[in-house]
Amino acid sequence: MDFEAVIGLEIHAELSTKSKIFCSCTTEFGKDANTHCCPVCLGLPGALPVLNKSVVDYAIKAGLALNCSINKETYMARKNYFYPDAPKNYQITQHETPLCSEGYIEIETEEGVKRIGIQRIHIEEDAGKALHEGESSLIDFNRSGVPLIEIVTKPDMRSPKEARMFFEKLRSILLYTEVSDCKMQEGSLRCDANVSVRPKGSTEFGVKTEIKNMNSFKALEKALEYEIERQINAIKNGERIVQETRRWDEAKGQTIVMRSKEEAHDYRYFPEPDMVYLKLNDEWIEGIRKTMPELPDEKKKRYIEEFGLPEYDANIITTSKELAAFFEEAVNIGGNPKTISNWIMGEVLRILNDREMEIKDVKFTSKDLVKLISLVEKGTISNTIAKKVFVEMFETGKDPEKIVEEKGLVQITDEGAIRDIVNKVLDENPQSVADFKNGKTKAVGFIVGQVMKASKGKANPQMVNKLVEEELLKR
Amino acid sequence: MHYLSAHEIRDLIRKKEVTAEEVTIKTLERIKEVDDKVNAYLEVFEDAVDSAKEIDKKIAQGEDIKDLAGIPMAIKDNICMKGRKTTCASKILENFVSPYDATVVERLKENGAVIVGRLNMDEFAMGSSTENSAFKKTKNPYDLERVPGGSSGGSAAAVAAGEAYYTLGSDTGGSIRQPASLCGVVGFKPTYGRVSRYGLVAFASSLDQIGPFTRDVEDAALVLNAICGKDSKDSTSADVNVEDFTTYLNKSLKGVKVGLPKEYFGEGIDDGVKKELEKAIALLKDLGVEIKEISLPMSQYALAVYYILSSSEASSNLARFDGIRYGVRAKDFEDVVDLYVKSRSQGFGNEVKRRIMLGTYALSSGYYDAYYKKALKVKTLIINEFKKAFEDVNLIISPTSPSVAFKFGEKADDPLKMYLSDICTVPVNIAGLPAVSIPAGLSDNLPVGLQIIGNYFKEGEIISLAHGIEKALSLNLRPNL
Repeated sequence: MDFEAVIGLEIHAELSTKSKIFCSCTTEFGKDANTHCCPVCLGLPGALPVLNKSVVDYAIKAGLALNCSINKETYMARKNYFYPDAPKNYQITQHETPLCSEGYIEIETEEGVKRIGIQRIHIEEDAGKALHEGESSLIDFNRSGVPLIEIVTKPDMRSPKEARMFFEKLRSILLYTEVSDCKMQEGSLRCDANVSVRPKGSTEFGVKTEIKNMNSFKALEKALEYEIERQINAIKNGERIVQETRRWDEAKGQTIVMRSKEEAHDYRYFPEPDMVYLKLNDEWIEGIRKTMPELPDEKKKRYIEEFGLPEYDANIITTSKELAAFFEEAVNIGGNPKTISNWIMGEVLRILNDREMEIKDVKFTSKDLVKLISLVEKGTISNTIAKKVFVEMFETGKDPEKIVEEKGLVQITDEGAIRDIVNKVLDENPQSVADFKNGKTKAVGFIVGQVMKASKGKANPQMVNKLVEEELLKR
Repeated sequence: MHYLSAHEIRDLIRKKEVTAEEVTIKTLERIKEVDDKVNAYLEVFEDAVDSAKEIDKKIAQGEDIKDLAGIPMAIKDNICMKGRKTTCASKILENFVSPYDATVVERLKENGAVIVGRLNMDEFAMGSSTENSAFKKTKNPYDLERVPGGSSGGSAAAVAAGEAYYTLGSDTGGSIRQPASLCGVVGFKPTYGRVSRYGLVAFASSLDQIGPFTRDVEDAALVLNAICGKDSKDSTSADVNVEDFTTYLNKSLKGVKVGLPKEYFGEGIDDGVKKELEKAIALLKDLGVEIKEISLPMSQYALAVYYILSSSEASSNLARFDGIRYGVRAKDFEDVVDLYVKSRSQGFGNEVKRRIMLGTYALSSGYYDAYYKKALKVKTLIINEFKKAFEDVNLIISPTSPSVAFKFGEKADDPLKMYLSDICTVPVNIAGLPAVSIPAGLSDNLPVGLQIIGNYFKEGEIISLAHGIEKALSLNLRPNL
């Protein structure tokens, strides 16, 4: 029997607001423990929460970017559970009335564009952080009260790859809108997954498990792959799938049971009595709509139409807002869009991936890249040399024209000079000349290579090709 | 001097006949003299004299001082004061020192109030007799064998015994008005949202409201002037203009329409209580007040609604007291769950545990709709009924408590009997309305309270009527201590 997976994601993103959700403490990350706290975010007796308006703004922005409808009358709710990092032993969140609902994101699968539904987005507070040191546990409440949005998808994904693509696209949108800085290693973007399997073609859902602790796109994909296989094997062995929460263990490459459904909490949700209803009007929502930046899908469409980029290139360049901005800057300076795109898709992304860096971290500017390209176009340097100059530019941030000048990399286009080198190489390689005469055309390639090497790569390659052939025929 | 009103002390201070320091010292002496008997205080601040001296300095420098400046007062021990303990009369908070001031404390300090101590109460404000305090039994100054009422028993007894010129309490289901009634003082619960709850340790957030205990109605107006108003730290506080409530004193009552809800004068109300109220109501007719019988049948459900809503909220509000971050932690424990269980089992008293269990049950999945949600619906019906009543009348009069002060232990073993003490006050909290209890007379030498309920934010109208009754009765009650 063939199985298919059914996957839904729950994503928590920390909002980039300056202050916390219910008090004026800063949200800054990485400060000394318990220095960004007050009676409110410490949950001291008598302290009361007051909703930070910009949290609502950010959440609406996320909702609009994810094509959600914004609910004009909502309220906060308490989720009751005992945990040492929750200073009130309840979390202020939203339950029956999320701020945003019924949205979607489109992803490009091999079968074409697929729409993944967003069930809801709600706002809530983050908890503190427990640190375990030997016998004792310490709690840092700097994170307590940092605003979060929880984004819950519909169970629309059918493979780990789709889940990953969705999550990547979501991250890109949150970055575009500057709703969250999405730093997974700092925990400002976290993802849990609900996954079940069922016979292909079935419309009923199987028993699902919830997977936690996936800290990267790769981890998400790997954990889902593991879990789907585990569930399919279990069913094939006649076992029942149990509804439970499992944790992804990166080192072991396995999902491990955390708690079963029987141990699940009854959160006893009820409306937060310390707060009033949150009422929004059209003006508020439209005001935020006006601040929306161009989103990846719109940008991509424009790059294809306006710049004639292939869909594949447009897709990759628009994944990152900064990369897209870099590309557009370069185009505006006057470069050929397709050539710039080729450079970005090739050298730029290769080196960034190798070094695990992002475009915003590089030393050179879009202007430098345009200059480099124009050096090639004018024939001052060859493509091969340009790639070397690019590495130098990447390392030092130096102007490419300067690099070419300082290192004497200007292309040799003097026919006489190149012919001299060709003849010298032919003299040194009689065997190759003999091979050529015996009909082995491969020898040409070898000689061209030797000439380029002798010119330290500076000789104009087209001229080298032409002159090698001419001189060979003369011999 | 101990039985003067705050406004009389204010006048003496302004006329420089006494200094704030002298008044404060006298008050501290009075506390020493009688509090062994009354037990109103959990802690007395001897250093209060310092803040009194500050006021005297300001007066000496010719600065304008506010009405409450230099007048000794005390605060129910569920309102946070910076650098002072806030115990809620619970073992679990026995060692908790607040690092911040409640908004009301901030406002009182701005007004120059001299805070002389923390007052006893039922643990976490749950109770009607102050017997649920983990620390001491506050006595009724009129009869030391009897309870002062609760939960703000210490606040009521202190004012009645001349141990403070006014005090603050909190009222969730009658916790200001009922003890005021039993101790023969004025107790005012403002409209929900009138006074910031920031810094009041929450029992039931949607019902709690801070208010004053005073010797007379004029003092209540002065204290309300100081503490009412929107607070950006409390989203449930109302952005409603705060008038000078003293302008509502000495008003003509001619043509004022007062409703007497028949359900509040029926079964369960002691005859002695009814008799005193009838006398007061008769006087009102002479003042030109139009008296009208009304009916509030939904009120009979208020107590049930109250115990579901208040306990549900309390079960969540009190979750933070777990021995982890502050408060008392159990000594021996195996793991974190054991730490929770032991700290809370040892730290909370029986009544608090009862309410936490009740509330936890009412909010549990599968029961939520039948209890919590239904209670919210009935709450709306109660609100609508009051709104409708206020289309016909300006104010409503009822007994505050169905009986006068009862003896220690009389109701302590029967929670339901105890809960009925609040039968006349609870509907007001459910509706969020303002109400006062003022002394109406004595029955068997024990004070009887009269409750006046007003429409939303009509504290002024309540003050006018209360002041009129107070003048007409001119009781001037004093206990024999």
